[in-house]
Amino acid sequence: MALLEVDRLRIEFPTRRGVLVAVDDISFSIDQGEVLGVVGESGAGKSITGAAIIGLLEPPGQIAHGTIRLQGQQINGLPNEAMRRIRGAKIGVIFQDPLTSLNPLYTIGRQLVQTITTHTDLTTSQARDRAIDLLNEVGIPAAKRRIDSYPHEFSGGMRQRVVIALALCAKPGLIIADEPTTALDVSIQAQIISLLRRLCQEHRTAIMLITHDMGVIAETADRVAVMYAGRIAEIGPLRDVVKNPKHPYTVGLMDSIPVIEEENDELAHIKGAMPGLQEIPLGCSFNPRCPDAFDQCRRERPDLMPTGNPNQVAACWKYDGTTNND
Amino acid sequence: MVLYVLKRVLQAAGVMLFVAFISFVLFNYVGDPVNNMVGQEATIEDREALRERLGLNDPVVVQFSRFVAHALEGHFGISYRLQRPVKDLIAERLPATLELVFSSAILALALGIPLGIYTGLHRDTWLSRLILSSSLAGVSLPTFVIGILLIYVFSVSLNLLPSYGRGEVVQITGSWSTGFLTVSGWKAIILPSITLCLYQLTLILRIVRAEMMEVLLTDYIKFARARGLTDRAINFGHALKNTLVPVITVTGLQIGSLIAFSIITETVFQWPGMGFLFIQAVHFADVPIMAAYMVLVALFFVIINLIVDLLYFVVDPRLRIERTVTIG
Amino acid sequence: MTINRTSGRKGGFGHWVRQVADHDVFYSFTRSPVTMLAAFTTFVIVFASIFAPWLTPHDPFNPASLDLMEAFTPPVWLEDGTWKYPLGTDDQGRDILSTIMFGNRISLIVGFFAVLLSMLIGITLGTVSGYVGGWFDVVTMRLADAQLTVPPILIALLVDGVARTTLPRELQEEMAIYVLIFSIGIAAWPQYARVTRSGAMVERNKEYIAAARIIGIHPVRIMLGHIVPNVMGPTLVMATIGVALAIIIEATLSFLGVGVPPTTPSLGTLIRIGNDFLFSGEWWITIFPAVALVVLVLSVNLIGDWLRDTFNPKLR
Repeated sequence: MALLEVDRLRIEFPTRRGVLVAVDDISFSIDQGEVLGVVGESGAGKSITGAAIIGLLEPPGQIAHGTIRLQGQQINGLPNEAMRRIRGAKIGVIFQDPLTSLNPLYTIGRQLVQTITTHTDLTTSQARDRAIDLLNEVGIPAAKRRIDSYPHEFSGGMRQRVVIALALCAKPGLIIADEPTTALDVSIQAQIISLLRRLCQEHRTAIMLITHDMGVIAETADRVAVMYAGRIAEIGPLRDVVKNPKHPYTVGLMDSIPVIEEENDELAHIKGAMPGLQEIPLGCSFNPRCPDAFDQCRRERPDLMPTGNPNQVAACWKYDGTTNND
Repeated sequence: MVLYVLKRVLQAAGVMLFVAFISFVLFNYVGDPVNNMVGQEATIEDREALRERLGLNDPVVVQFSRFVAHALEGHFGISYRLQRPVKDLIAERLPATLELVFSSAILALALGIPLGIYTGLHRDTWLSRLILSSSLAGVSLPTFVIGILLIYVFSVSLNLLPSYGRGEVVQITGSWSTGFLTVSGWKAIILPSITLCLYQLTLILRIVRAEMMEVLLTDYIKFARARGLTDRAINFGHALKNTLVPVITVTGLQIGSLIAFSIITETVFQWPGMGFLFIQAVHFADVPIMAAYMVLVALFFVIINLIVDLLYFVVDPRLRIERTVTIG
Repeated sequence: MTINRTSGRKGGFGHWVRQVADHDVFYSFTRSPVTMLAAFTTFVIVFASIFAPWLTPHDPFNPASLDLMEAFTPPVWLEDGTWKYPLGTDDQGRDILSTIMFGNRISLIVGFFAVLLSMLIGITLGTVSGYVGGWFDVVTMRLADAQLTVPPILIALLVDGVARTTLPRELQEEMAIYVLIFSIGIAAWPQYARVTRSGAMVERNKEYIAAARIIGIHPVRIMLGHIVPNVMGPTLVMATIGVALAIIIEATLSFLGVGVPPTTPSLGTLIRIGNDFLFSGEWWITIFPAVALVVLVLSVNLIGDWLRDTFNPKLR
């Protein structure tokens, strides 16, 4: 049984100009200890999916249909209080900007202790010991001394380590990391990624890593889901998606990553831009930009379908009729 | 920390000196003080003698330093109209104004902050809408209209509460009298303090609400939610504390404003305070009282601002650091 | 993922006008019955004030037409009331309805011109501060900060008090309305200066301004032609609420007896006159002008609030 299963999830934003579909019938799963990279342009629906999983969709956003199951138990539609007990305890979250994620007026120790005591039976002094352990674990030097410092006394990278420690407080089985490295310097990014990787291996924690940066995914993820305009275009093992992308959008995405060895002056790019939510075209949402589009692509919306590789599926009519046994 | 306080105190002293100068100019050059003090039949020699005696022929710098020295001792000359030292007049009126301002400030804070938190947290309930609509009415109702309406309802129609004066007062020391020790004193302060607090109450309510709503949208609140903290811990621990800095600023200013608005309330209720004294001074161009009042009000504002600055320090750790960095 | 159509101010007064005409704004107006009602009320009051000399049933300021025998007539629905004076008469037999209409006129004139003066001072100082910077900016903003800590009503009261002591007594009544406009106008400039300054600073760093500077256009022309139009939008929204505030200040000063004289009464003066009769039972002399004042201020405030919410959704 997968740790997290998302099944035909659809998220809508009712507005007076009509209902906008931010996430349209997506399904995926994450196993224990697995890192699933979710990649896509901004506005593709990655972060909204993450917010929906922890039950913190911003109004007026709402789940129109579909289910989210954690360890087999459905968690969407739970009462607020029950959902609150899951957040932080079973699902940890890491946000993009460590500079704004921490409350500036409380010491990091106080924020850690509060989170620990909320989800465990530890006393305040036990929670403090655990907080120091956590800070050590995420690589804060002199944790014992620095636990009483305020967030502004840390650098950006150190703050992101604190944020990770906060996400780990109650040893959650799943961490949703929403652009965890985007706001950091490149050198710090690598450190944070290796930290996440290490924690994932040591605690068998699964990570849903949301990012627009293919480089981060390439270094971290076991599997990759490529999102485009509210749908999953392709999902499969990292190596297969990178080396042998099936969906034309993924192909374009991979071509646009600069490779130093190649002496190519001009970087390939996909023509056009991702459509806004109110102007998603009929048929496959990628069809106006797709070099391979044919008639069916402009009429019918493709679901994820087998591509010949048993682990890799893509939402593209090119693979209509393909089976995994080919 | 000490340097920070020192810097603030020096700034405050600068402001006071500036106000004192304006007040001095007003005192000495607006209208002719000699004309105001002697009768029509005084001869030119009499006037010149008086000028000399008042020191009006000295250089401006000398006159100004003398003015400041006198002001520091509380001397602002003699009221043209009442022919009594301004110092005594103000000392008599000060307790009445301070009691009124104090009760209004307590009322405004005790009601404004909780209502602001409530409407900030529960944006779309009917109660919030009701509170907000009445708060707009609160901003639109001029203070004196509120006073008149209250008098009409509670004094004229229902005959429940007095419409003017302080009621019975008890002398505590020399010039300090209080209305808080008698029943009639308590009754007398109810309508004026409600009148005076309403506008400030509205502003405090609105700023608390706006700050609360803004803080609730920040990343650290979202992150606190994502960590599964309880609503109680988030709303009253994390959010409320972060609204404090702007709320303290506005609240401080509003309490300062209470002193200014007490002019109106005191006029409506004929409350024997400084504001009432001041407005009569404006009517009769009684410059010494106007000048003294101006300095006194400026002093209140400066002190309140100083307290607000020091409170920032207590609330926000970031300030403590930045200051020590700039200092050391 | 939220739909943000009014993100950022892009370009100038024209852009702002387009925003006004934009579907969203019109939609929001039609969706807000309270705002529509407030706009209608304001329109009626302004209309009645402009044409007061032709619309009022009586001429309250012509002593010949006054009849002391008809003083203290109660409103029409009370005993002794008459349709001749629908809202009753005051101690001199003046028709309350007529005096209110003329009072509105004075209140609106003072409110409007005081805000105009504030804007003139504020926008001028703010634009120069933001565009030129330097010591001028430091001094202006220090002054603005200092003044902002003191409530405008107190500033107006002090300025008014000083002006009255300087003016010779015989000129005081005649000049009262100008003194008021001046005092209230002086009291409110810092807010406009601040908003204008921050707008000017943003605009100054844009390329088209740099280009204009390089080709040698005179700074005054740059400020008037490019900076000022760009900061007008938010300033006008502020000005709406400013008018309400100015009307309140005017009414308060007049109520305190240091505003417009009883010979050409504003709403505040009328309330002051009527206040003396509150205890003897002639409540209508003071309550009706008070209600008129509240309705006027509330309507203008509601429009201002709506404008602010619509053009600055963040503050909602």
